[in-house]
Amino acid sequence: MDAFKEFRLTRRGLLRAGAVSVAAVAAPEVAAAPTATGRPPSHASIKLRVNGKEQELTLDTRTTLLDALREHLRLTGPKKGCDHGQCGACTVIADGRRINSCLTLAVMRDGADITTIEGLGQPGHLHAMQAAFVKHDGYQCGYCTSGQICSAVATLDEIRQGVPSHVTTDLNIPPPLTAAELRERMSGNICRCGAYSNIVEAITEVAGSAT
Amino acid sequence: MKFEQPAGHNPIDQLKVVGRSTERIDGPLKTTGRAAYAYERHDVAPDAAYGYVLGAAIAKGRIEAMDLSVAQAAPGVLAIVTARNAGKLGKGRMNTAKLLGGPEIEHYHQAVAVVVAESFEQARAAAHLIRVRYARHKGSFDLAGTLDTAVKPGAQSDTAVGDFEAAYAAAPVTLDATYATPDHSHAMMEPHASVAIWNGDELTLWTSNQMIDWGRSDVARTLNLPREKVRLVSPFIGGGFGGKLFVRSDAVLAALGARAAKRPVKLALQRPLIFNNATHRPATIQRLRLGAGHDGRLTAIAHESWSGDLPGGGPETAVRQTRLLYAGANRLTRERLARLDLPEGNAMRAPGEAPGLMALEIAMDEMAEKLGMDPIEFRIVNDTQIDPEHPQRPFSQRELVRCLRNGADRFGWQQRNPKPASVRDGRWLVGIGVAAAFRNNLVRTSAARVRLSSDGGVTVETDMTDIGTGSYTIIAQTAAEMMGLPLEQVSVRLGDSRFPVSAGSGGQWGANSSTAGVYAACMKLREAVAARLGLDAATAHFADGRVSVGGRSLPLAQAARGGELVVEDQIEYGDLDERYQQSTFGAHFVEVGVDAATGEIRLRRMLAVCAAGRILNPLSARSQVIGAMTMGAGAALMEELAVDKRLGYFVNHDLAGYEVPVHADIPHQEVIFLDETDPISSPMKAKGVGELGICGVAAAVANAVYNATGVRVRRYPVTLDKLLDQLPEYT
Repeated sequence: MDAFKEFRLTRRGLLRAGAVSVAAVAAPEVAAAPTATGRPPSHASIKLRVNGKEQELTLDTRTTLLDALREHLRLTGPKKGCDHGQCGACTVIADGRRINSCLTLAVMRDGADITTIEGLGQPGHLHAMQAAFVKHDGYQCGYCTSGQICSAVATLDEIRQGVPSHVTTDLNIPPPLTAAELRERMSGNICRCGAYSNIVEAITEVAGSAT
Repeated sequence: MKFEQPAGHNPIDQLKVVGRSTERIDGPLKTTGRAAYAYERHDVAPDAAYGYVLGAAIAKGRIEAMDLSVAQAAPGVLAIVTARNAGKLGKGRMNTAKLLGGPEIEHYHQAVAVVVAESFEQARAAAHLIRVRYARHKGSFDLAGTLDTAVKPGAQSDTAVGDFEAAYAAAPVTLDATYATPDHSHAMMEPHASVAIWNGDELTLWTSNQMIDWGRSDVARTLNLPREKVRLVSPFIGGGFGGKLFVRSDAVLAALGARAAKRPVKLALQRPLIFNNATHRPATIQRLRLGAGHDGRLTAIAHESWSGDLPGGGPETAVRQTRLLYAGANRLTRERLARLDLPEGNAMRAPGEAPGLMALEIAMDEMAEKLGMDPIEFRIVNDTQIDPEHPQRPFSQRELVRCLRNGADRFGWQQRNPKPASVRDGRWLVGIGVAAAFRNNLVRTSAARVRLSSDGGVTVETDMTDIGTGSYTIIAQTAAEMMGLPLEQVSVRLGDSRFPVSAGSGGQWGANSSTAGVYAACMKLREAVAARLGLDAATAHFADGRVSVGGRSLPLAQAARGGELVVEDQIEYGDLDERYQQSTFGAHFVEVGVDAATGEIRLRRMLAVCAAGRILNPLSARSQVIGAMTMGAGAALMEELAVDKRLGYFVNHDLAGYEVPVHADIPHQEVIFLDETDPISSPMKAKGVGELGICGVAAAVANAVYNATGVRVRRYPVTLDKLLDQLPEYT
């Protein structure tokens, strides 16, 4: 393991090791030399249909769909928990399918139809899934809740459409609406407060009344 | 109001609103995305610039040079703040390491710069253009390698009653075992986030903080401001678990960035930064020695724990519950603290008890087996109703035995086969485990302001926070009960340092203490109402929006006809917590299946039975407990910050590397609350459950795995690689 040996070199020795090996051995000690210079950002104009409303946005092309919704359209529903597809708090429904909106650039979704938690229901006019979460206390701090609910609504659609999951045992029949199926399909949405048991009850209730 | 004598009958005992399962009053906001968390405050800072934090790339050493020139020239950049240009900074009383490092670096990913730019994308890009040259110093990163140099950190670190060594030597049955718990991360869903706005020399931070008043003081200390010039606001907090008890770098850097950029600045710590930048639960190594007679009575109990922290930090108090949980004439505890140059260790959900019971409750299982006793009976035999170190000091309530017995009935304990690896269900080896739960009930001064308006509605204002615990709802329930109003007539405003100082959210003291503060304020409001209405306060009855004495009955609203009635009071505690030991108790039951071939562990059933005083809102209290059981399952089966012992940092610093339980890991969970009130805890007669729920869970899982497989794992987490080579012959 030559790379480990290098850590025992003095800094002077490290510098003497020469420019050619700097990238390989020095990364932990010296931040990589700047590769990008101050190139101005590129912008692009896109159209989105968000919760039924047409939106036209001119965005830095590096903007994620999540930040387009949160920072440009100023929606407070979609949450940023990790910003790299590991927690599910940013889940929205894009053209009928749930996605991690932090893992897609907004420009990749030009023309898409997006539903966020705000599009499902409002206080006083809750969507059935929102009402079931309140009833079953399927949340605590509330930060993952938008994503859980969007994911739950889309999950029931997926099951209805016959999309199998990792735990579906028989691909020749429609996937069953079991707790095991729900748990598997919802596992991309982390709830650190640990409301899972209640969330599954909430989804089961909605699924039961919808079928 | 000073609470000095056990509570007698009071208006809360009516239980018209309190004690009933009540949907959260903030539920419609949270389930529709309308609850705005710190980073989403477009309403207060529509023109905020964006901050992005750069963390140190070494664990210990110095910054030798920092080249900001390229970053400063990058598009959109408004300011870059480092220790060099930040001005003189102090350090918060609750912080161990500085929140802005440099030139000295105290731990990996300690913040060294914040870039402020017009957009998030620009700030992020520019942060990566900062070039830092570090001189790396040698550090201490391996707890196991530092045990010899660990020191006694405080006066309470050594305790002894009787003669442990002699009793242990004389005991016919003994156990001497060592356990290890790894570093844990809070990993709350909302990253540490703040919006900072300066108005002249006054700073407002819209932030995510559990303890508003601590935070206000520490922001002032860090920025060298008078306390009065700092305002903190945290109406919604996306989880904390102890990680947001203290001011963290997001708040300080947002404030510094906003001052430099002359603009409001918003900033959230990037998820991969949080694990090393913020605090964590420190790893422990714990040695348990138990000695008992053949009758199962413990005669000797010793618990020693080693943990590490940065200089100036403290120990993980993992032995504390062992001083109180079981009887035994001869006892000893020791805490030792090693110097480690890892990120700062600090409180995480049930600090002390959570890792302490992970060890103690496996040891109790092992000892029961050595004695040939049922693990529940063994615990019951060693129950105590008095503080074992101070026999004159009784527990205010202690229903551990009932929790164990009740749970055993409910869970079907009698069907458990005590012989390990003897129950098979298809490919699964099945086992059942139990552990006791214990967490102290702490009480803290807590104040509230209540307003009665001319429409008869009541508004409560306190700097108490709701971190998912349900504070909004139980505070509304308390005020509704006290004033004789329906819940809808009460509004609750929380988490603003302009409101009276509350107990805050931590140590599972929040529910009991903050509602007791509201109780005190409402008692005062009742007196003010009675005075306005010309009624006798002592005999006035508040119900259905009316105040009645004898035959007279007047609308509550009438008392505010001449103008809003506003009163403020606080609950303060006398010495009841010294005269009595106040604790909460529970029993956790777990059934696991272990794949006979692969060692994969699956939770099949979980049950908690809790005795924790009056349960103010059974719906949200149950959620607290199942959530804690889930976090306990994580501690049992997957959570471990992996330490790079050469470079000194937590390697798995994101939510994919640091695994927490997901839906698929958690079965249906059941919770039973024993019907209990504790008049010694407060006028609410309540305690807390948010931390009790995690205490003992991991040990119950580990004991169930042992029962399923016959493999005893003493080093958490219990993962399949620790089982594989010892699993029974596959059949």
